[in-house]
Amino acid sequence: MTLQFLVDGLLSGSMIGLGAIGVTLTYSILRFSNFSHGDLMAWGTYATLVIFSGITALFGKVAPFAPLSFGWPLLIALAASMLVTGGLALLLDRVLFARLRARGQMIIVVMASFGASMALRSLLEFLFSSRPDYFSRAIQIAMPVGLGMRITPDQIALLALTLLLVVAVHLLMTHSQIGREMRAVSQNLALAKVVGIDVDRVVRFTWMIGGALACVAGVMIGILVQIRPLMGFDMLLPVFAAAILGGIGSIPGAVLGGLIIGISEAAAVQIIGAEWRAAVAFLILMAVLFVRPIGLFGVRER
Amino acid sequence: MARSVLEVSDLVAGYEPGVPIVRGASIRVDEGEIVVVLGPNGAGKSSFIKAIAGLVPVTGGSVTLDGNAITALPAHQMVRRGLAFVPQTENVFPLMTVEDNLKVSGGVLAKADVPGRIAEMYRLFPDLEARRRTPAGNLSGGQRQMVAVARALMVRPRLLMLDEPSAGLSPKFVSMVFRMLADVRKAGVTILLVEQNAKAALAIGDRAYVLIEGRQAHEGPAASLWQDPVVAELYLGQRNHATARGEQP
Repeated sequence: MTLQFLVDGLLSGSMIGLGAIGVTLTYSILRFSNFSHGDLMAWGTYATLVIFSGITALFGKVAPFAPLSFGWPLLIALAASMLVTGGLALLLDRVLFARLRARGQMIIVVMASFGASMALRSLLEFLFSSRPDYFSRAIQIAMPVGLGMRITPDQIALLALTLLLVVAVHLLMTHSQIGREMRAVSQNLALAKVVGIDVDRVVRFTWMIGGALACVAGVMIGILVQIRPLMGFDMLLPVFAAAILGGIGSIPGAVLGGLIIGISEAAAVQIIGAEWRAAVAFLILMAVLFVRPIGLFGVRER
Repeated sequence: MARSVLEVSDLVAGYEPGVPIVRGASIRVDEGEIVVVLGPNGAGKSSFIKAIAGLVPVTGGSVTLDGNAITALPAHQMVRRGLAFVPQTENVFPLMTVEDNLKVSGGVLAKADVPGRIAEMYRLFPDLEARRRTPAGNLSGGQRQMVAVARALMVRPRLLMLDEPSAGLSPKFVSMVFRMLADVRKAGVTILLVEQNAKAALAIGDRAYVLIEGRQAHEGPAASLWQDPVVAELYLGQRNHATARGEQP
């Protein structure tokens, strides 16, 4: 056996973690499990693909950044699609979740998010067919990095991007006024209103952040694996497992939870076999929850 | 005659349409006063103050602050109009540090104004400065009330409203909280206070109203209200009645 599972796990863990941040934010601020979050990832990826193809059609093929498989067109397409995906999340909230939320029964909102998930996914299949797509068909050579591990330049770049985003979101939550307002709303909604916080604005911001990060996670999958309408839905269980494992509401927890799930899945593939992949992650999740029901960084509800 | 800060006329409010809890209550709070609203359990005191703060739906009457109508504005706009409210329970953000509790409340101020206001709050409540990095949920009950009051005063409100600041506190903290409120008034803040603990509240109050079944039954100077045999009997009588029904006095 080699330590390659660490690299693989770190990568899939990063994608899971980025998705889990969005899930944990919407859960702690809006108090519901958004099962359509995975499909936001897929929509973000397809939005990126469309904009990317548009840029390529306009400017012709652009040479990628030296060792990477992608160049500036993909980065611009990603940045634009983060906004688009955030906007889609906002739209979904406006036309669906906010209306149901106003009636006060959270389980209805959760079920509606299931429905939204299916609708979003089917719409993608309708628009793009279920045939897989790729940002680039170039094959990258993995470089040896010692201890039998290999990593491609794309993978290094995406790990760095993940780290950057996670640090940025963490700083935003802990050191900015909107971050404090988000924490305030998650801890005590009524008091948040009393101190003058515009809760609707906080909710809009939460969707934007969650949608934008879902888009990045999806594009990572698109670059490293492939683009399919089902790509986000397949991530849903690991993403929720990571958010719960890390402790609902905790950004560092979501990321650490993602890494634990990602690495243990990768280890399981290597040690016991690929068919046990999901089972191992969930055994770990259950074991942690037995010992610590609120998750690694979770806080007991009042 | 002193300038009035808050005027509430014939306020009708309640959580469910057609079932008013506040039924035509009127009060006035003048500049620099501490006004106390007393009343037996279930008289609608808490709903009354929450309705003023925009937290209970208002179906009738009016509320003006410095002559401007603020009736039934959304709760989050009240602070910007100069009305700060300290709820009875869960009035701090428990997982946020003392300083973040103050900072998050400073969101309605100009950004450059916030550090100065926080320093001012620490001057007013030196205990809090020592615990600025402590999560507010880890503080004692009395200190939590300090955070809640400091948080409300951050924005230089025209009127500070408190819903039973002594609720759930041990006697030692009760006297601490009332001393604190007396100091806050000395600093020039007008206060409206709903209290179950009539004796302690009337000791620092200037005027008081007694609320019964959702409307004010009596009003008068705080010192003499307690001596008024009718009010004392009414208030204590209702209290005893409530106790007999097995409710918390």
